[in-house]
Amino acid sequence: MITALLVMIFLAILLGLVLGYSAIKFKVDGDPMVARIDAILPQTQCGQCGYPGCKPYATAIAKGEADINQCPPGGDAGAKALAELMGMEFKPVNEKHGVQKPKSVALIDESTCIGCTLCIQACPVDAILGAAKQMHTIIASECTGCELCLPPCPVDCITMEPVLENSESWKWKYPIYNIQKAQKA
Amino acid sequence: MQLKNIFKFNGGVHPDENKIASTRLPIAKLAIPKKLVLPLRQHVGHVAKVKVKPGDQVFKGQIIAEADGNISAAIHAPTSGRILKISEEILPHPSGLPDFCITLEADFKDTWIEKKPIPWKKIEKTQLIETLSQSGIVGLGGAVFPTHMKLKTNQKQTIHTLVINAAECEPFITCDDMLMRERADEIIRGSLIAQTILGAEKCVIGIEDNKIEAYEALKKAAQKTTVEITVVPTLYPSGDAKRLIYLLMGIEVPKEKRSVDLGIQVFNVATVAAIYRYLEFGEPSISRIVTITGAVKTPQNYEVLFGTPLSELIKAAGGSSNKQKKFIMGGPMMGFDLPSIDVPVTKAMNCVIESSPELFPTPKPVMPCIRCARCADACPVNLQPQELYWFSKSSQLEKAREYNLFDCIECGCCTYVCPSNIPLVQFYRYAKSEIIAQDKSKEAANTARERNEFRLARLEREKKERAERHAQKALGAQDKQAEDDKKSTIAAAMERVKQNQQENIKN
Repeated sequence: MITALLVMIFLAILLGLVLGYSAIKFKVDGDPMVARIDAILPQTQCGQCGYPGCKPYATAIAKGEADINQCPPGGDAGAKALAELMGMEFKPVNEKHGVQKPKSVALIDESTCIGCTLCIQACPVDAILGAAKQMHTIIASECTGCELCLPPCPVDCITMEPVLENSESWKWKYPIYNIQKAQKA
Repeated sequence: MQLKNIFKFNGGVHPDENKIASTRLPIAKLAIPKKLVLPLRQHVGHVAKVKVKPGDQVFKGQIIAEADGNISAAIHAPTSGRILKISEEILPHPSGLPDFCITLEADFKDTWIEKKPIPWKKIEKTQLIETLSQSGIVGLGGAVFPTHMKLKTNQKQTIHTLVINAAECEPFITCDDMLMRERADEIIRGSLIAQTILGAEKCVIGIEDNKIEAYEALKKAAQKTTVEITVVPTLYPSGDAKRLIYLLMGIEVPKEKRSVDLGIQVFNVATVAAIYRYLEFGEPSISRIVTITGAVKTPQNYEVLFGTPLSELIKAAGGSSNKQKKFIMGGPMMGFDLPSIDVPVTKAMNCVIESSPELFPTPKPVMPCIRCARCADACPVNLQPQELYWFSKSSQLEKAREYNLFDCIECGCCTYVCPSNIPLVQFYRYAKSEIIAQDKSKEAANTARERNEFRLARLEREKKERAERHAQKALGAQDKQAEDDKKSTIAAAMERVKQNQQENIKN
């Protein structure tokens, strides 16, 4: 009886030490769940979810503070992927946060631009080039289409241009064929 | 003609060849058209950089758009004339979307720019490849990959065998066949040049056993040279580079590796002939042999200048003989319906077939998959087409990728044998382009994330710097206060001293 107790106590101490040591040694910085959620989010950084960017939204989802259906650019496909990751029921994107739009990039009407730099300050991915009292222009390849530059513009010279399909981005369509009526035998 | 040491690959099909009609007449030269439309994207890789502007006078063979970077090819004026415009035109592409093209108005003088033959035996290899990048030559078998890149070798990649692809396995297409019959000499010389540039020990031509005349012509031309000619059985898709390598050498190129990694390089017959003409005569890539066949009145092969409107070629072949006016570019197995007949002839256009209800009857209704696995038996790449079909159909793209969707060569054997008439390859093409698009958007998202993180870090840094500056300033103000205090103390002391002195004087 006493030996058994001693063995148990010894084991408890040993395992406790091992666990305590590994908790310090192998400590994971940051929440790995946040990174996994963040990888699914479209990185538009538009803030339509109510958080200041994709990462804060991912953090909120990981903490359970935010719902998984608040990201319009990610669309239903994104919500589905999040539901799968979180082990939750799929919910279509909440229209309160906006609706999914076709991918667009901002375009500055360069003759109207007064060079106020307000849009530069608003751009979350530094995709606007320009300086005070100089004409500004969008680096189209870096623009995420978040529309955050639209409200600050005092002269309304920014428009969103949908990205059209060109011969490089063209995709084969899902095959659709007509089902014919079976002939009578 | 004998079949020796052939390593048969699995699967493959043998559709009706339909090749005789277009081989009855010799290759004809198509007249220079009034206007030529030259797409800037006729090759794999970067779009060529325009070097002319509207109104410029150009000579035949002059570079009008140069290669942009390594994987790119130059575009030359196919005849002399004036540049009309640089605009978006419809291309011979399944999308039917417009892309940038240079339009050239011919002056019918056909004056060559000064031709500069290249003494390829004397100049250094790196320099030779540099010159070849100006030749505009791309793989004429249909892959249109810039040829000079394929001639580059380095220490890691030494080429021991050069395979010349003369299989031309797709039905209807006879452009390589006719080229071999009439210009076998150019092909053999071109092969020897390519062999020398690559430093390959061996050069093997693989030809299907349905091209007897071409074989004889090649054999005659290859006499007293080291070029070997091996006959392979007629079985589609033996013209696929990796299938041909297996047929000839019994070597299977592993997944995610290229034949170059195993020391084997493959060129199409028309490509080596083009290399020969460029080095020996200084003639860049400005024309190719195109088969026009199917329902047209006189099927034939034509040497066509790039940029010639397809309608001119159809007119030369006697015009279309049915009302449907549907044309297929490429063969019936891998080709696609052309969006219009007003597209130009490009470097990739090896064959144009006029479709007719007799040749290509409307496909039978599609039935459900009955899991007979005939497609798996026919697949030359040993994939499981039925599984790929289910995954592609239900858009389970990750699963399709796992089942090696990207090893599919889209040869169409599975579609050909399917008893349920399912357009299998269309599903694979859809799944592939969807996966590529998803990968691209993922990459874009990663860049956006990085840029956003960098911006946040920058804002944080700027805030800190500003705070530091403020602190410094506040400190500076304190110092000044202290100095002022000191000064006033000194002044007070001086005052006292003065007062004392005055008092002393008084006393």
